[in-house]
Amino acid sequence: MNRIEARFQALKTQGVSAFVPYITAGDPSMDLSEQLVLALERAGADVIEFGVPFSDPVGDGIVIQEAAQRALQRGASLRKVIAAVRSIRRTSQVPLLLFSYFNPILAYGIEAFARDAAEAGVDGVLCVDLPPDEADDYKLALDQAGLCTVFLTAPTTSDDRLRLVGAKCTGFVYYVSRLGVTGEQTALAEGLKDAVTRIQRLTGKPVAVGFGISTPEQAAAVAGLAEGVVVGSAIVRVVAQHGEDPALVETVETFAGNLAQAVKGQT
Amino acid sequence: MKEYEALSTTSVKHPWPDARGRYGRFGGRYVPETLVYALDELEAAYRSAMADPAFLSDLAERQRNYVGRPTPLYRADRLTAHLGGARIYLKREDLAHTGAHKINNALGQCLLAKRMGKPRVIAETGAGQHGVATATASALLGLDCDVYMGTEDIERQKLNVFRMRLLGARVIGVDSGSKTLKDAINEAMRDWVTNVQHTHYVLGTVHGPHPFPMIVRDFQSVIGREARCQILDQEGRLPDALIACVGGGSNAMGLFYEFLGDTDVAMVGVEAGGTAIVPGMHAARFAGGALGMLQGAMSYVLQDKDGQIGQTHSVSAGLDYASVGPEHALLFTSGRVEYTHASDQEALDAFQLLSCTEGIIPALESAHAIAETIKRAPTMRANQTIIVNLSGRGDKDVQQAAKFILKGEEI
Ligand SMILES: Cc1ncc(COP(=O)(O)O)c(C=O)c1O
Repeated sequence: MNRIEARFQALKTQGVSAFVPYITAGDPSMDLSEQLVLALERAGADVIEFGVPFSDPVGDGIVIQEAAQRALQRGASLRKVIAAVRSIRRTSQVPLLLFSYFNPILAYGIEAFARDAAEAGVDGVLCVDLPPDEADDYKLALDQAGLCTVFLTAPTTSDDRLRLVGAKCTGFVYYVSRLGVTGEQTALAEGLKDAVTRIQRLTGKPVAVGFGISTPEQAAAVAGLAEGVVVGSAIVRVVAQHGEDPALVETVETFAGNLAQAVKGQT
Repeated sequence: MKEYEALSTTSVKHPWPDARGRYGRFGGRYVPETLVYALDELEAAYRSAMADPAFLSDLAERQRNYVGRPTPLYRADRLTAHLGGARIYLKREDLAHTGAHKINNALGQCLLAKRMGKPRVIAETGAGQHGVATATASALLGLDCDVYMGTEDIERQKLNVFRMRLLGARVIGVDSGSKTLKDAINEAMRDWVTNVQHTHYVLGTVHGPHPFPMIVRDFQSVIGREARCQILDQEGRLPDALIACVGGGSNAMGLFYEFLGDTDVAMVGVEAGGTAIVPGMHAARFAGGALGMLQGAMSYVLQDKDGQIGQTHSVSAGLDYASVGPEHALLFTSGRVEYTHASDQEALDAFQLLSCTEGIIPALESAHAIAETIKRAPTMRANQTIIVNLSGRGDKDVQQAAKFILKGEEI
């Protein structure tokens, strides 16, 4: 079974939520990103979102935009992200989800991408600007390669579209818990419980909540409502602040460890 | 002058977009999920407005008495004599209120925003003309207006920045990426994702996710509808060629659309050739681009082999964009429209030639269409005619042009 699906199933029997941290691949360098993935696994990550840097990330706030920019300046590309996954797989079986925009995948070639990503050890892909109704070729290619296709849902998503997303998603459904781009928020969206329940009901899939979660308190609160808790910008910010610091990897591991413990109810 | 029917959204010979918002394999709706509902809502509101005689007559009345439509189709005799060859007509969008065709779309979309009950609009702008047009329509209709503009464009279009402020809009500088139009669109999309419940995004060209390319085309197609009647009035027959510059492609689609079924009418779209057709030095998507998806639409995109969006350059901010409207991509692959490019220098030469032969200072964008006319008219016979879309006036560009033309001298 696909590692992402297997992990969500295992967590369900244990009755705990998944901790899903995000980092931008190639920031501060591809070597360090590989080490950060391993550190996140040690910290207790269940699925790691590995961000493919893109020049025009319309879905992202300033923290992740700048991380992508730094990564591109150091020569990151989808091809190199896939190579990094191949290298990570030599020592780790942590479930890995690529978080990308569509154009790099299109330029790579959708089928070639699905084949190479699966062969390297990627478990699934989330494409921010590819809604399921535009994703026929993509879905076919990823299904054939055994990759999970994760799609986004938002507070504005209608019931009909939730059913569509449910039918096209494998692994889990990603719920963007508020209107806007990625970035940290001080308050969690109101009515989150109802929203998550509605998505679970209409998609029939586990739901991971993201966009704006930055503290262990918020992570713990969301863990009580949803099958997964995604933390992105808060971790990318720590990476940015410690990019030149020899203690980068340990610092991120500690930061993520606190979030993981909060998600698992161990605080 | 004849009355022109307000709008049409279908053309028998050119049935695009299809129900999925596609023009052949181009177009579509590649957006984060949050925006899907807003695009659905916009399309529904648009279709209901287009079927509402009250909306259409309000639009037509404002086009007449506020925008100043129909704009003239002017026979440029001195330019014709200077070039020798085809008779040249200029469709004078420079004489529309605010000085460019952009008002046609901005007014239409702001009326739609009002109809949808959205009190705030946002826009992106490159040359500043679309920002000015949106700020103007917002002032007219009492809407709050924020305009995103790359800081490089703010620098080269200072006059328009001040105009927008004067009109009550807030101009928000965008300092990311190439600091031009593409980055202003990214930032406008981020704003829209965040404030979508009370904000309408007035996209300024025939690009972006469906239904924008269709809506903008339809609001701009008044240009071609007028021009077709006017040339029939003045010449008694259809033109031999149409020429328009292509940034995102709205003034070109606006002129071409009504003529698409007239197979004897040749059409030429002119992209920005910049300083050379090498990556980073131009914005000629059909010369240097490849299939790609940028900012919501599948089209031709200037990009590197890894799918990262390329840097672009043009002396004219309004043509300085890495992608092009999906309907143009279809017209390019079908061969119905010929796409070419004019260099910065050719555009600057055309800018000066039109000024001194006709007493009309064109926008630097429109000067690219004039540059192509300079090449093409002499190859045609004297009994043939060309309509050139003079999409805007050049007042905004005189300072920028002076820097190149006077080279170091004081203005
Ligand atoms: C006068 C003028 N013409 C042309 C353009 C290019 O846009 P489009 O290709 O959508 O007509 C602009 C854009 O700012 C403009 O201001």
